[in-house]
Amino acid sequence: MNTATTTVPGSLSGHQHGEPHPSGLMRWLTTTNHKDIGTMYMTFALIMFFVGGIMILAVRAELFTPGLQLMQPEFFNQLIGVHALVMIFAALMPAATGFANWQIPLMIGAPDMALPRLNNWGFWLLPPAAILLTLPFTLALFGIGDGALATGWTFYAPLSVQGGLGVDFAIFAVHILGISSILGSINIIVTIFNLRAPGMTMMKLPLFCWGWLITAFLLIATIPVLAGAVTMLLTDRHFGTHFFNAAGGGDPILFQHLFWFFGHPEVYILLLPVWGLMPHVLSTFSRKPVYGYKAQVYGFWGIGILSVVVWAHHFFTAGMPVPALIYFMYSTMAISLPLAVLFFCWIATMWRGSMSFETPMLFATGFIVLFGIAGLTGLVLADVAADAQYHHSYFVVAHFHYALFAGGIMGVMTGVYYWLPKWTGRMYSETLGKWHFWLTVISFNLTFMPQFFLGLAGMPRRIPDYALQFAEFNALSTIGAFVLGISQLIFAWNIWQCVRGRGAPATARVWENAEGLEWELSSPPPHHSWEVRPQVK
Amino acid sequence: MKRLAAAAPLGALAAFWPAAVLAEMRWNFPEPATPIARDTLAIHNEFMLVITTLFVTVFAIMIYSLVKHRKSAGHAPAKFSGPTGAVQWFWVLVPFALLLFIDFVLMGIPAFHAVLDMEDTKTRADMVVKVTGMQWKWQYEYPDDNIRYISTLTTPAEQIANQESKGEHYLLEVDNPLVLPVGKKVRVLLTATDVIHTWWVPQFGVKRDAIPGFIRETWVKIEKPGTYRGQCAELCGKGHGFMPVVVEALPEAEYVAWRDAKKTALAQAAAGADRAWSKDELVAQGKEVYAKQCAVCHQPEGQGLPPAFPALAGSKVINQPLLGPDGKPRPDSHVDRVMNGKAGTAMQAFKNTLSDVELAAVITFERNSFGNKLGDMVQPAQIKSLR
Repeated sequence: MNTATTTVPGSLSGHQHGEPHPSGLMRWLTTTNHKDIGTMYMTFALIMFFVGGIMILAVRAELFTPGLQLMQPEFFNQLIGVHALVMIFAALMPAATGFANWQIPLMIGAPDMALPRLNNWGFWLLPPAAILLTLPFTLALFGIGDGALATGWTFYAPLSVQGGLGVDFAIFAVHILGISSILGSINIIVTIFNLRAPGMTMMKLPLFCWGWLITAFLLIATIPVLAGAVTMLLTDRHFGTHFFNAAGGGDPILFQHLFWFFGHPEVYILLLPVWGLMPHVLSTFSRKPVYGYKAQVYGFWGIGILSVVVWAHHFFTAGMPVPALIYFMYSTMAISLPLAVLFFCWIATMWRGSMSFETPMLFATGFIVLFGIAGLTGLVLADVAADAQYHHSYFVVAHFHYALFAGGIMGVMTGVYYWLPKWTGRMYSETLGKWHFWLTVISFNLTFMPQFFLGLAGMPRRIPDYALQFAEFNALSTIGAFVLGISQLIFAWNIWQCVRGRGAPATARVWENAEGLEWELSSPPPHHSWEVRPQVK
Repeated sequence: MKRLAAAAPLGALAAFWPAAVLAEMRWNFPEPATPIARDTLAIHNEFMLVITTLFVTVFAIMIYSLVKHRKSAGHAPAKFSGPTGAVQWFWVLVPFALLLFIDFVLMGIPAFHAVLDMEDTKTRADMVVKVTGMQWKWQYEYPDDNIRYISTLTTPAEQIANQESKGEHYLLEVDNPLVLPVGKKVRVLLTATDVIHTWWVPQFGVKRDAIPGFIRETWVKIEKPGTYRGQCAELCGKGHGFMPVVVEALPEAEYVAWRDAKKTALAQAAAGADRAWSKDELVAQGKEVYAKQCAVCHQPEGQGLPPAFPALAGSKVINQPLLGPDGKPRPDSHVDRVMNGKAGTAMQAFKNTLSDVELAAVITFERNSFGNKLGDMVQPAQIKSLR
């Protein structure tokens, strides 16, 4: 991609400098600046990453040895479900939106997002939703209700029809989070379609923006289905409908179809922004142009389209007609083809480059290898017959953590280390970054590799206590989880040091071979990103 | 490179652990006991080989690049950004074609046949067993022989709470296992009464959801006598981890003997419904039924776990007259609640799972325990007339 720029005259923002801005809390409450909002998204995501992490460490502590040590099964069930909802909706998705806010205007040469007030609202919906999700834990301490959602994050009816007020809280939290995501998506689509710098055609759009564009379309297509499903659940619970009750002519499996029609694209919603940023990082540190730009764009499209037609592989064991099983098996396997295109392009971008291994590059290579394990185990999970053994077992737990921790969260970390100097104007500590990477990768594998074997040996997921034959691998997994959790403090500290201006000042270009419009601006960029539109050739 | 780094601590830990512990760690599926499970294991092993080969090949290429094409090794970067020329296009398309072959031929064809085999529940089935999941136990039914009973966990609460040392089959032991003959194709019908459960015995290679209001099916043909253990695999509430599946596979002759004995025993118990029972008899039997069926939610001392599971001690439903002026149970009475359950809650309709004697016994027990002093009783014959 050619990013050589010249400037054309004319200020876009229409702002007069020196006009008063609110300060303190009001600045953050009322801001319409894409960088402030991006910062809030990232901060929120980091906080919730630790909140969700603490929940699952309590779970892993309980699973350290057989027997019930620390908690009752009711509380255990609440922790696993809320952990997932927090990590998906309140950590990974906001982190991706934070990237979008910070980076898309910088990368396409826009002064700000297209809809700045909507942008503010999109963020400020998140904290109330997070509070709704976790409040039932606190309410239970005061004797109100019986705690948070205890059905796992999947809300499967009729268990969720039977559940307590935690389910209602979670339903409303999902509604609010969904509205927030849709607002964010509309803003991103409008920004990318309308505010690109002169000369930046769609096929010169940075891949990160392409990844996010597909994510935004997927969100708009699928979130309403989830919202509808949980609303039907709400009316089943309180208003006498029978959508999911066979006795009233409904069907519990209908809920699973609706949920996973959202739930499977959700995986790619979480991953596409990461796949989008990967080529930028790989190209920078390989000192070589991105390989297969067009192939990657078409790969994104291919995966985006396939992702909405494979949902039923999440419940093969629910029983369905043979032709349906065969269709969902083969369509799921087909996803490996566009995904393989991406892997090919990532490795081909590195091939015959001149690589150096700063922290973002370490995370990017770690991401490729570990996400490869997720992809390959996903391929075998697609086989209906073998899936009967894997499904609902720890094999699946390990698989989707390779996808969403190694694929999602480590991808986010790649991006954070890559762009943090641009955002803060300070270099993070490379030594701490390397410690963070190696501790994360080693303890991540120690946590989740044993879970593959637990699943194969027959340990079901979501059980608070287990048979003695599973004890050793569970103990290993718990040790890994605690190291993994504690290692993330290094990450937070490294970021904090940059934010408060410790660390060496960053240059505008930051990385020797960084390419793209964002590197043409100072580090940190000016308050209104591109007052003068750059010309892309 | 990352995988090696990850394997190192695993290896180190394994080296320090006693060999006995290592021997207990299972690295693959348990030994298969049915044709489906053997097939699944073979497919699984083949697929693991395929994906491991893919993993090693792809990342060997990447690691070669990581080592060779480093700035510190003085490698000058190339400039290409896509395939140019026929030769390069060929090398780009080869992996794509290979993957197509792996997906839809190498893996796709055996997977196709395995699916057909697994779903072939109806042809040449020798017998039918109906499995009903309910919070948190399984009911097994032999429709041809009129046998029906409930299977619940027998691991003592003290072992779960770490007050006693754990037994060999901790959490995988039940009072009444499902008994099946060896060498017969058994069609298994599955349903549930409350929420979705999943019936899973790893050594059988089948796992199927039990869905309230619907029938799902699968099949097993056990090849060797023995005891096979599994668990509920779908989150079904607080007892999800505590509803094991245990199957006892017997040679044909022993199975027939078991079946006949079970039939006689159940017929004798059912006959008990027609005689008049004394209150003490009912309370004594009710206490046993309560411990197995009710205590997990309403707690051993009837204090319940409000708000989800109400207390029985001082319960409003219990502390009201059993029968209305017309001699029939009042709506929302104690008898009605136990027999028909309460929609939208975990309270299930026990008339589907308990016998007349058991229902009469447990109701009488609850009316005269936990501080409830109603002093009355209900006869099995009365329950029978309400069905």
